[in-house]
Amino acid sequence: MSDRNDKQEALHWLVRPATIRWLWRIFGVVLGLTVAAGLFVDGYGHFGLDGTFGFNAWYGFFACVAMVIVAKLLGFLVKRPEDYYKKHDV
Amino acid sequence: MFEIVIPPALILLVGAFLVAVVQPALRPVIALGAPLVTLYAIWQVPDGILLSATFLGYEVQLIEGGPLRRLFATVFAIMAFAGALFSFKQAKWYELAAAMAYASGAIGVSFAGDLIVMFIFWELMALFSVVVVWSGGTFGSKRAGIRYIIMHLLGGIILKIGIEGIMVHTGSVEIRPLVLNNFDTWMVFTGILINAAAPPVSAWLSDAYPESSPTGSVFLSAFTTKTAVLALILLFPGQPLLIWIGLWMVFYGIIYALLENDIRRILSYSIINQVGFMVVAVGIGTELALNGAAAHAFAHIFYKALLFMSAGAVIYQTGKNKCTELGGLFQSMPLTTVCGIIGALSISSFPLTSGFVSKGLTVAGAADAHLGVVWFLLTAASAGVFLHAGIKFPWFVFFQKDSGLRPKDPPWNMQAAMVFLSVLCILLGVFPGLLYWMLPYPVDYVPYTTGHVLDMLQLLLFAGLAFFVMLPMMKRTLTISLDLDWFWRVAWVKLFRALERLFNAIRIGLAAVVTALVKRISDSLMRHHGNQGVLARAWPIGSMLLWMAMLLAVFIFARFA
Repeated sequence: MSDRNDKQEALHWLVRPATIRWLWRIFGVVLGLTVAAGLFVDGYGHFGLDGTFGFNAWYGFFACVAMVIVAKLLGFLVKRPEDYYKKHDV
Repeated sequence: MFEIVIPPALILLVGAFLVAVVQPALRPVIALGAPLVTLYAIWQVPDGILLSATFLGYEVQLIEGGPLRRLFATVFAIMAFAGALFSFKQAKWYELAAAMAYASGAIGVSFAGDLIVMFIFWELMALFSVVVVWSGGTFGSKRAGIRYIIMHLLGGIILKIGIEGIMVHTGSVEIRPLVLNNFDTWMVFTGILINAAAPPVSAWLSDAYPESSPTGSVFLSAFTTKTAVLALILLFPGQPLLIWIGLWMVFYGIIYALLENDIRRILSYSIINQVGFMVVAVGIGTELALNGAAAHAFAHIFYKALLFMSAGAVIYQTGKNKCTELGGLFQSMPLTTVCGIIGALSISSFPLTSGFVSKGLTVAGAADAHLGVVWFLLTAASAGVFLHAGIKFPWFVFFQKDSGLRPKDPPWNMQAAMVFLSVLCILLGVFPGLLYWMLPYPVDYVPYTTGHVLDMLQLLLFAGLAFFVMLPMMKRTLTISLDLDWFWRVAWVKLFRALERLFNAIRIGLAAVVTALVKRISDSLMRHHGNQGVLARAWPIGSMLLWMAMLLAVFIFARFA
């Protein structure tokens, strides 16, 4: 038990699991606040959809998810071992 | 009125020469001083055409002043200073001198009054930038440098063909907006786009830059692509094709950066992504969008150089350049971490950073021109920038799993350069007027409205959420990603070798046929005319007498019968 505590102490405070749990909570609250703040700003979009409540939140999230997935799929096609060109270059 | 104008590019070129020849003790003074003197000279250049000369029978305009040109020249000169500060103790003298000459090429292009002068400085950049690549000093950098210079000389030739065509067909080499309606303008367009790292040749950038030295990549990140953006603003504003080329670059940069493991290659793909934003803005072509392209180039040079400095500092201190080998460095390199994060936030256009006030112009330019699809794609890409550069870079380098490495922050001059650029990034973000007053067109744009700030925060923070949610899918692997350059690095070689084998087979087959034929002819000759041949054999005298007697008998018989 004490051994594990020692290990915990050796970790930088920023990367201790407890700190990380707190960071997640704070992050969640900030996310909620930025969306909630949208209630107090008038919609002013240029194209309709972009002025709707919480547009940037879900759009940003899903755009990133889509890009990560596309990258992952493309990876199957284009990823090669690091020494690929060493073998193939003239 | 007669005014003496010293070409700013010439000052920096002389500085580069002096850096190469003076005693080592004086080198830092010149490397740091020359860009500042150049900056002063840049601000002495009034608007309009100022210096003409005769070259190959043509009247050439060495210098043309103007707000747009001054803006680009200014950022190039400041960048030369910041780069010199970062590298004067660490870089080899030839790298420093070449980098200065490279910067002077960029400044020369900025003030070029016509296409001929532009071309000359364009080639100057290509020649000296490859020296910077080669200064990486490794076998890999030598090979990458050769590929790099081939691409740029090829681009230079294409540009030159276009310029010569324009000279011959219109009689004018003036720099003015061109229309893509003939071979000449297409060649100029292509030549410029090669330097902008546009598809399909984007790979030259991510191939060469990460092979340079930790200090060299700071210089490389700044000049070549941004002079191409300036050339596009001057020659092809409002060319709609650029919108789609730019959008391709934007997403290509994000996707490839997400796949990458080498930290400087992540940043290199990120350059292509950012230049994509500028190219889109040039394609939109309204005053707001062109302001956006110029402002974004200005802001981008600083935060991208800052990111390359933090990456360079890490590589300089640890000798490692892969996400898989790094991590946890924030504990021992606090200043590099903070500066890297400031660069990362700026590139992501977080409020209060330079990216926020510059990218806003471009995106607003798309909205203003009622380009719905473009606007939605640019907004998605803004989230993607945060994903690949804003979080991925600092996360994998400074945080993630502890690599156990405990390097110190780099030497003082590197730290000073990072702090200098960090301050600039924040200063421009907090006081956008500092940037806006230099822009070519009047700015009627307010970046800090509640709506814009809130939108950007939502977009970026939820992009951040997506990063951490998707983190298991982004585990770094010891891989590289093939690009279109595969076609000329591998496929071309394979094709060449296959053709070589084919021709070899044909040659061997032909040789066998010919040998067989010759053998048959010679055999037949031997049979008839050889030692034992019927026609060459030594016949006995008796048989000759017999034949003569027979012939005589036949003759007598025929005559008297």
